[in-house]
Amino acid sequence: MNLEAIKSEIEANVPGCRLELVANPSPSGQHSLRTGAEHAVAVAVYLRDAEDLRFDFCSNVTGIDWPSREVSEKVKVRKLVDGVEQEVEEIRKTTLAGSLEVVYHLFSVEKKHGPIVLRMRTEDRDSGVHLPSLTPVWRSAELQEREVFDLFGVVFDGHPDLRRLLMWPSFTDHPMRRDYVGPDDYEYEPTAHDEVLRRAQQHRSEADETQLGEAEGR
Amino acid sequence: MDEKLKNELSRQGIFTTTLQELYNWGRTNSIWPLNFGLACCAIEMIATTMARYDMARFGAEVFRPSPRQADLMIVAGTVTKKMAPLVVRLYNQMPEPKYVISMGACAISGGPFKQGYNVLKGIDRFIPVDVYIPGCPPRPEALLDAFMELQKKIDEQPLTGTKRPRHLNAGGPSEYAVPRYGAHDLEPTKDPNLWKPPLVQIAQAGTDESGSH
Amino acid sequence: MSTATLPTAHFDLEPMTGPSKEQLLELSMGPQHPSTHGVFRMKVVLDGERVVRLKPVFGYLHRNHEKIAESETYLGSMPYTDRLDYMCSITNNWAYALAVEKLAGIQVPERAEYLRVITGELTRLQNHACLIGFLMQDMGSSGTPLMYAFREREKILDLFEALTGARMMCNYMRFGGCRVDLPDGWLDQAKKVVADFPRFLDEYEQLLVSNEILMERTQDVGVLSRELAVSAGISGPMARASGVDYDIRKVDHYSIYDRFTFRVPLGSHGDVYDRFMVRLLEMRESVSILEQAMRAVPAGPIVDPKMKIRGFRPKPGEAYGRIEAPKGELGFYLVSDGSPNPYRYRVRPPSLINLTVLEDLCLGRNVADIVAILGSIDIVLGEVDR
Repeated sequence: MNLEAIKSEIEANVPGCRLELVANPSPSGQHSLRTGAEHAVAVAVYLRDAEDLRFDFCSNVTGIDWPSREVSEKVKVRKLVDGVEQEVEEIRKTTLAGSLEVVYHLFSVEKKHGPIVLRMRTEDRDSGVHLPSLTPVWRSAELQEREVFDLFGVVFDGHPDLRRLLMWPSFTDHPMRRDYVGPDDYEYEPTAHDEVLRRAQQHRSEADETQLGEAEGR
Repeated sequence: MDEKLKNELSRQGIFTTTLQELYNWGRTNSIWPLNFGLACCAIEMIATTMARYDMARFGAEVFRPSPRQADLMIVAGTVTKKMAPLVVRLYNQMPEPKYVISMGACAISGGPFKQGYNVLKGIDRFIPVDVYIPGCPPRPEALLDAFMELQKKIDEQPLTGTKRPRHLNAGGPSEYAVPRYGAHDLEPTKDPNLWKPPLVQIAQAGTDESGSH
Repeated sequence: MSTATLPTAHFDLEPMTGPSKEQLLELSMGPQHPSTHGVFRMKVVLDGERVVRLKPVFGYLHRNHEKIAESETYLGSMPYTDRLDYMCSITNNWAYALAVEKLAGIQVPERAEYLRVITGELTRLQNHACLIGFLMQDMGSSGTPLMYAFREREKILDLFEALTGARMMCNYMRFGGCRVDLPDGWLDQAKKVVADFPRFLDEYEQLLVSNEILMERTQDVGVLSRELAVSAGISGPMARASGVDYDIRKVDHYSIYDRFTFRVPLGSHGDVYDRFMVRLLEMRESVSILEQAMRAVPAGPIVDPKMKIRGFRPKPGEAYGRIEAPKGELGFYLVSDGSPNPYRYRVRPPSLINLTVLEDLCLGRNVADIVAILGSIDIVLGEVDR
């Protein structure tokens, strides 16, 4: 299956959409197509219904967190050094905005080919986390998109029943994000090291103080 | 009573016993567990009740589905924070005398999933546990061994005095606080009357400084 | 090409019309209930005995497997995959090893492939046997079919213990092969177990297939249509019972399954009885694969000799690897950024996705049918919640 050919076919048949081919450098050779949010549903419907494609089986829906990161690059700049204009290397830092990505793996039960990987990115990780839901196209996305909402925080517009799946409803965090800090209940660790040792020692000193206070109070 | 006299009498058809022995004999040999498996250890618990390792011969014939009719809760598997309030509520619903066996590493202390944000690091943070079975999962023979340990423990419980079991002690607690779901964690994270961090000298892993008080 | 042509039961959460709300009973089945599938909860709204709405609640066994895997190395996650579908630990290991091999381009030697197929099909045998046992148990047969199934499972677990050292959590696969080679006499013992298996299947079939109670309770119950099955991502025996001809062993040609001749049983009604029969027939096909495989195990290394596990850092990239696990399509999606830990590690759980249609199958049925339908979907909570 030639992904370039599929990309051109979709772009020809879905008016207005622009797909991006994301190359996959690993030996698996599973390259992906990135689509924008406005045409995602139309692209998905075309993939599902086109006669030669017929990707009717959405196997896997998952989320990936790409936090914002600083990229530093060396740039040659002309600057005045001691009165003489010279080419100097300067380190320029740019911040790549973070986003949440949703990845769909599609197969075809009718034609027995696949996988095609479809991706979508949110604008950012705070308020611009809305993406169109592909549940009206493939029913199997229903529970998996709920899980992405629960663990990453992506809000799927058009999802029939968007609630948390795995955590309890009054939970407020999105645990699979890279910057999630879990609750600290490391009071007892038999073979502690590194970070856990530091936290356990802190708990230990707090517990010692409480037990000392109780002993004095008695 | 003197053992020799006892044997002599029993050979003549006269059996002597104490009230405590009789009472505890009835209790140890008819412990009915609650039908309560959480995760992988539940499958080993089921295997223990099947024909090869038959737990029924120890008295655990019927696994009761309702906590109101059960004596023993074998917490088999990982207790997650989402599940913890329900486990405590089930424990509260069991009538006295009730016992808890904590089966598997996860129920003892969180097990391999200890780093998890949703994993409760040991069910003994909220309910009192009588026997702990290490293993991941423990073999069916280990569960049978733990069951026999529990039977020994019940056998030794006196009917009067300070060491009498909870159901004969009107002042003792039999229900424990049920934690609630908070915004980030359970509230409270542990029952402070029940579980205190053990007194262990915490040292760097791999050195010889660790030891207990 | 409209999006509204999708076959679905309902998507609205508006209050029901029909019987007044006071006549409806909301019941919570689980998370502790006698059905042995684990801590699974269903909020059922009943009108008398009929199911009007059913909402499953997940997450009671959410053990943060994916988050833990981000802080473990690739090989360090292998024992955790045992605990996903805890009845079939070896196929979980296999799916993960396959995904990593796709990610890093590792080849698997011949002998290792044969060992994988043999242990994988043994796992499938014991899973299907126990599943039928649990289904019967849930429908009220007080344990006898389950006892028979566990008798066979114990024989297979003995084989696994002799091979890998553990009954259930085998931790057997490595990237590029298997962990340990066959001990002396293992293959003869395994051949004996597999030779005895058809007799157990005959006994099982004789007891169950024409059993009136079973037929009454399972035929035309929980009918899943072919279109809904494909759209909802149903895979494995549940999809094949609805007539979807999709077996990943035949489609993806992974491992050495192309060398063995075996059939793929398909159902035509898609009810609980068909799912039960498909699993019974699949066991016979697994026995046939095992006989072919055990006859031809070659000598050789069991791990790719070029594979170095210390300092294993796959190149940046991603891969999705899947196998035909006993429950359905078990897939692993790995994103690597060149470090020893995966950047994103995702398990595609067949049990969770097969539960998408639980409500559709149970609507309008009686409460007693819910248990039969849930039993036929074949879920294991370790996989649903991860």
